[in-house]
Amino acid sequence: MRNPSVLSCATLLLVLSWAGAPRAVAHAFLDHAAPRVGSTVSQAPIELALSFTQNLEPAFSTVEVFDEKGAKVDKGDVTVDPNDGALLHVSLNPLPHGTYKVVWHVVSVDTHPTEGDFTFQVAP
Amino acid sequence: MHPSAFRRAIPALRPHHRLAWQSAFSCVCSVFFCLRTEAILLTCASVLVVGADAAAHGFAGQRFFPATLVTDDPFVADEMSLPTITLVPNPASDGSPSTVEYDVSVDISKRITTNLDIEISSTWQNIKTTGPGNSSVTGFANLDVGSKYLLLVNAPHEFLLSVGVDAEIGGTGSSSLGVDRFSTISPGLFFGKGLGDLPRSLPLLRPFAVTGVLSMDFPTQNKTTSDSGDVEWNPHVLGTGLAIEYSIPYLQASVMDLGIPKPFNRMIPLVEFNFQTPVDRGERGLTTGIICPGIIWSTTYFQIGFEALIPANPRTGHNVGAIGQLHFYLDDMFPHTIGKPLFGGR
Repeated sequence: MRNPSVLSCATLLLVLSWAGAPRAVAHAFLDHAAPRVGSTVSQAPIELALSFTQNLEPAFSTVEVFDEKGAKVDKGDVTVDPNDGALLHVSLNPLPHGTYKVVWHVVSVDTHPTEGDFTFQVAP
Repeated sequence: MHPSAFRRAIPALRPHHRLAWQSAFSCVCSVFFCLRTEAILLTCASVLVVGADAAAHGFAGQRFFPATLVTDDPFVADEMSLPTITLVPNPASDGSPSTVEYDVSVDISKRITTNLDIEISSTWQNIKTTGPGNSSVTGFANLDVGSKYLLLVNAPHEFLLSVGVDAEIGGTGSSSLGVDRFSTISPGLFFGKGLGDLPRSLPLLRPFAVTGVLSMDFPTQNKTTSDSGDVEWNPHVLGTGLAIEYSIPYLQASVMDLGIPKPFNRMIPLVEFNFQTPVDRGERGLTTGIICPGIIWSTTYFQIGFEALIPANPRTGHNVGAIGQLHFYLDDMFPHTIGKPLFGGR
């Protein structure tokens, strides 16, 4: 460690190894949603869409929507958009006025799992 | 960065050290494959008992914690800080000339299992004396090695707890810097807590999170005698660190989407506090510390952070320094190779 040139060479090799590495994927973060996170909408949505920062593994990615009593209000038909591997859809039952909680668990295509939840409101 | 490492990095935080605040930030710098044979052997032996210097990033439930710059956090991860750059100007005082210090550091953390990692770090330092008789001293600080074990993760409450131990290996740095010839062992307890479990009626508080550490330094020599016969005592030192963060990504993804555009939607403002309090050997209660407001910008594969380094009291110093860091998430960059644990799981 007392030889700076050795450290420099080592660092250079590491950087070059990164440069030559295949593109990686990573944890999938929620980028945005429709309805938006924490929003109040005047018209009940018929579908929830979640857009993530990474492509998802469909078999291990789920979204559920619950009403204030904890009853599930989505149709359970979670799909990854065929044209956008980072976009998740789920259809919703008719939603009366109230607050709804979205709970999601996803796995990016490199198997990194992430999870989260948020609410939105349907206003009178 | 582990508090004990930062304390070693900033001599001001070592009350028994020769100069206050001015001599050095020693963070980190060492790449596995550039170690000499004896250093490798020493490292392998040390990691059996010692702990963590590199800051880590991680998750607890839906909470993402970035790697903090000054205090270590509780995560076990595959990652690397390359580089961490610090700048500390110091005025002349007590017969010492004014100096400007630049440090360049590297930290590497590698998971052995899902919950256990080893960490290694070192720092290259350059201290320039300004004014009459300009001079410059350059070299490496003592090597730091460590390990950390993640004890507990409570996802619903965004809480983590881990233990670690760090060792500054005496005599491995450049003698021109006057590095310690003895080693210091520093066990520590680390925690992280997000406030996402607060009631939803308090939405703007939910993006807050804290990480912290409590450690104790145990020097392997209780005193050091200089060539001139001066005796310097090496006390046990209690280290406390805390980072208070406000996560814009968490606000956007889990509380309310305010439509904050890029790049601001990936920013995490924070304030770090790092204090060192000797507990014996004539220096009991002589606390030094720094307060570090700053910001971290986190993206998929790396983060960039900048913080000011503000002395917390006159004993620590008077000048404001700065620290900047580029930090790579190796587990995200190379999930199938060097970014996964050596044994078991991912």
